Amino acid sequence: MSQTAAQPASTTPAVELVGIVKRFDEVTAVDDVNLAIADGEFFSLLGPSGCGKTTTLRMIAGLEFPTEGSIRLHGHEMALRPPNKRPVNTVFQSYALFPHMSVAQNVAFGLQMQKVAKSELDDRVAESLKLVQLTGMEKRKPKQLSGGQQQRVALARALVNHPQVLLLDEPLGALDLKLRKAMQLELKELQQRVGITFVYVTHDQEEALTMSDRIGVMSEGKLLQVGTPEEIYEQPRTRMVADFIGETNFLPATHAGTGRVRLVNGEEIDAPIDGVAGQELTLTVRPEKMAVVATEVPPDPGVNAIEGIVHRRVYLGNALTYEVDVAGDVRLHVRHENAPGQQRFDTGDRVRVCWDPSATAVLEA
Amino acid sequence: MAQTTLPPRKADQLEGQAATAELEKSAERAASRRGMFMAAPGFVYLFLFFALPLLIVFVYSFANRSPTGRTILANWNLDSYQRLLDPFVVQIAWRSFVLAAGATAICLLVGYPFAYFIATRSPKVRAALLVLVMIPFWSNFLVRTYAWRMLLGSGGPVSQVTEFLGLGETRLLFTTTAVMIGLVYGYLPFMILPLYASIERVDFSLVEASRDLYASGWQAFRRVTWPLTRPGVVAGSILVFIPSFGAYVTPEILGGSRTTMLGSYIVRQFLQARDWPFGSSLSFVIMLAMLGAAFVYFRVGGKTL
Amino acid sequence: MSATRDVVRPTGNARRALSANAWLVFAFFYAPIILLVIFSFNDNRFVGVWGGGSLRWYREMFANRPVLNSLQNSLIVAFASTIVSTVLGTFTALALERFRFRGRGAFDGLVYLPVIIPDVTMAVMMLLFFARASSLLYGTMGATFGLGIGTITLSHIAFNISFVAIVVRARLAGMDPSLEEAAADLYAGRWEAFRRVTLPLIMPGILGGALLALTLSLDEVVITSFVSGPGSTTLPVYVFGLVRRGVTPLINAVSTVMLMASMLLVLFSLLVQRRSQ
Repeated sequence: MSQTAAQPASTTPAVELVGIVKRFDEVTAVDDVNLAIADGEFFSLLGPSGCGKTTTLRMIAGLEFPTEGSIRLHGHEMALRPPNKRPVNTVFQSYALFPHMSVAQNVAFGLQMQKVAKSELDDRVAESLKLVQLTGMEKRKPKQLSGGQQQRVALARALVNHPQVLLLDEPLGALDLKLRKAMQLELKELQQRVGITFVYVTHDQEEALTMSDRIGVMSEGKLLQVGTPEEIYEQPRTRMVADFIGETNFLPATHAGTGRVRLVNGEEIDAPIDGVAGQELTLTVRPEKMAVVATEVPPDPGVNAIEGIVHRRVYLGNALTYEVDVAGDVRLHVRHENAPGQQRFDTGDRVRVCWDPSATAVLEA
Repeated sequence: MAQTTLPPRKADQLEGQAATAELEKSAERAASRRGMFMAAPGFVYLFLFFALPLLIVFVYSFANRSPTGRTILANWNLDSYQRLLDPFVVQIAWRSFVLAAGATAICLLVGYPFAYFIATRSPKVRAALLVLVMIPFWSNFLVRTYAWRMLLGSGGPVSQVTEFLGLGETRLLFTTTAVMIGLVYGYLPFMILPLYASIERVDFSLVEASRDLYASGWQAFRRVTWPLTRPGVVAGSILVFIPSFGAYVTPEILGGSRTTMLGSYIVRQFLQARDWPFGSSLSFVIMLAMLGAAFVYFRVGGKTL
Repeated sequence: MSATRDVVRPTGNARRALSANAWLVFAFFYAPIILLVIFSFNDNRFVGVWGGGSLRWYREMFANRPVLNSLQNSLIVAFASTIVSTVLGTFTALALERFRFRGRGAFDGLVYLPVIIPDVTMAVMMLLFFARASSLLYGTMGATFGLGIGTITLSHIAFNISFVAIVVRARLAGMDPSLEEAAADLYAGRWEAFRRVTLPLIMPGILGGALLALTLSLDEVVITSFVSGPGSTTLPVYVFGLVRRGVTPLINAVSTVMLMASMLLVLFSLLVQRRSQ
C-alpha cells in the first residue's frame, strides 16, 4: 500500500529518540540525541565518519544498547528490547548476506524465524525478489552475484518482513558512481511505492539531499540540525552544517541593529536578523546566490554589494566560479551559470559581489 | 574488532523501559555470565587435567627421593634444583641447546629459499606444492624418524650408496649428526609453513617500487623482502626450536649414549633412575624455558599459528 | 599485490639455485618415506639387503596379536579423545572469541599452555597426577584405577582441547561479525542464530580441529608411554618399543600402513576443505 511520503499517515512518529546517549568507556559516541521521524518518511542521518550516525542507527535496530534514553517505535518503548523482537530490519553496509545460503534462503530467513507458513513464505519471497528485480536468481549463492545484485538481495531480505521501519547503513558505499546514482533513484522510488519509513545513514551529502524527505545532520555525537533538504541547505543553523553540505561562503560580521550587520571593514549590509546589536556573527551565503558585476553597474536597491578583486576564474563547463577577495581577508566563491552573452571577468579586475539579503543565513560566530 | 553487545534476555522483563547506565551495566554482566558459562566445561577440564598436574610436578620438585627410589613428600628442599647446576646436567642442556639451534639454523637455511620458491610460483602450482609439503607433515612423526633409523644403519641404504660412490662405509647412526638429520627432517615443515605464509603476504608492489628505484634483484631482496618476512622467520624458528630442544623420540631412535638430550634424560629419571623429584625439577625448568621462547614468539612473530 | 610475481622471481644463477634447492628438499622429504615403503616388501629379514619382493611382513603383521591390540587401543583412544576435545574445544573457542568476561585473559593463557609445553613435561605431569589421584582414591574409597586406556584418553583430551580451540577460534575470528547481527535483526533468537548461521560457517574449522586432534592423538608417543599400562599400549608406542630393539621389515610394514592412513586423512581433510568452498 503506497502513501506519499510528504503526508504522515498518523501523528505518532514512526521512530522517536528521546535523550539518547551512548558511551563506550571514555568515549561518548552519541550525545543527547532527540529525534522524531514521521511515518512513511525517508529520513537521512548525515555526517562525517565517526559522528555517531551509525551508532544511532544500530541503537534503533537493537544492535547496540543505549546508555541512557528512550527509543519508541510507533509509541512503544523499545530501548531494552533485543533486536530480534523489534519490528525493524536493517540493510547492512557489507550486506551481511549469509554465504552458505542461496538468495531465496537468505530472503526467507526472517520469515522462517517468525514461523510463517510455507506457502505464504514462498509467495512473499517471490514477491520481494520481484520488487528488487531479482526474479530468477533464487538458487544463486551470494558470492556468485555482483555488488549491485547483493545489495538488492539485502534489501529484499529486509523488506520481505514488512518492517515498520527499514534501516539502511550506507548501503550504496561499495558501488561505483554510476550504479550508485541509479540505485539512489531506485531506492527513493521503492520507498515511495512501499510506503515504509526509511532511516538512511550516509556521509554523502549529495545522496542525502537527493533522496530524503528530511535530514538530520550529526557531528561528534550531537544532532546539529533536522530539516528538509531545502531547510538544511538554505538555512543552516551552525557553521558545521553549512560547511558540510555543499559549498558556502562565510563572512564574519557584527550585529548592527535590526536588519543590519557591520563587516570587518566597517561596511554595513542587510541581513535577516533582529535583536540586540553588538553580537559577533558569521554570515553564510551560497555561491550560486551571489553574482559578480562590474563596478560601473549601480547596485539594485535592497541588494547587498561589496567590492573586491577577482583572484581566479575557474571554468567548470556548465558553470563558472569566481574567487573574489573582499575586505577582511575573505575570499568569496561566486558561481555563475555558463549562460551565453555573460560578461566574463579576469584575474585582477575590480568588481562588485552582489546578493539578496534574504539568501543569507546567520550563524553564531 | 568490536564486540556486539546484544541486550540480555532479561531485558524482556524490562520491556517498556527507557535505558539507563545501570541497566546497561547489568546487561554487560549478564553477557559476561553467559561467557563464563560457555567457558566452564573447557576450563574445568583444563584445570583438573592440566593446571593441577602442573602444580603437582612443581610440588614434587621439592620432594625427596628414598634410597629405593620412592618419593618422600616431606622434608622439602631445593636439592633437585641444585642438581640442575651439575656439570653433567649443564652439558646435556648445552648439547640440547646446540642441537636445537643447529637444527633451527639448517631449517632456516634450507627452508627459506624453499618457501620463497613456492611463494613465487603461479597460484595453481603453489597449491599443488603446498599439498606435497603437507603430506609428510601430517604423516606419523615416529614413522618418519624410523625411516632414517633404517637408512642410516651400518649396511643400510645410505651406507650402501656411499660405498658405491667410493666414499667408504658410513656409520652415522647413533651420532649427533644422525640426531640433527632427524630433527631437521621432522621439523622442517614447521619452518616452511610460517615462512611461506609470511612471504606470501608481502606486498610485492613494494619490491617493484624498489626495482624502479634502481635496486638489483639481490638488493631488493635484502632491503625489502627479507625485513618484511622477519616475523615469519621468528615464528618458524621458534616452532622448530621448541620441540627440538625438548625432543625425546628423535634422539632415542637415532642417537646413542653419547648424544643424550634433555628429553631422554628426563625420561630416564622416571623409568630407570627413579628419581622423581629431580625429574620433576628438570621438567619444570624446561617448561619455563619453552615458555620464555614462546613469549618471544608471540611478541615478535605475531599470532601466525 | 602484483598479479604476477615476475619482478620477484630471481633470474639466472639465483633462479637455478632456488630450483635446485626446491628439488633437493622434496627429494629429502620423500626419499626416506618411499624407501621405507619399498623395503616393507623386502623378502629379506635384513632391511638393507634386498631379497626380492613379498608380502610376508604384511601377513605377519595382521597375525601379530600385540600389533593388532595396540592398533585397536590407538583407534579407541583417538576417537574418544577427538570427540570430547572437539566439543570442549569448540565451546572454549566460542567463549573466548565471542564473549567478554572476567578471567578471560587468564583462561586464554591456560588454553595456549598445552600447545607450548614440551611433551616430556606433559608426560611427567600426567604420570604424577594419576599416581597421586589413584593413591588418593585408594585411600578414601578402597578401590582405585590403574594406568590404561582411560588415563591415555584423559591425557590426550587435555592437550587436544587447545588445538581444537585454536583452529575453531581462527575460523570464528575470520567470520564477518555482521552476519550474526543480521540474523538477530531478522528475528533469530540466540540459539537459532547460532544453529543456522554461526555453526554452519565454523563447521569447516570444527572439522579441521577434529582432524588435527585425531592426527595428534594417533601420533602421540611420549605422553602415552608414560600413562599407559600393561596391555594398553597404542600403536606408535608399541612401534617405538620395537624400533629400540632393532630394525625389521615388520616395522616397515606397520609403518607403511600408518603412513597410508595419515595420507588418507590428509586427502580427506583437503576434500572437506574444497567442498566447504
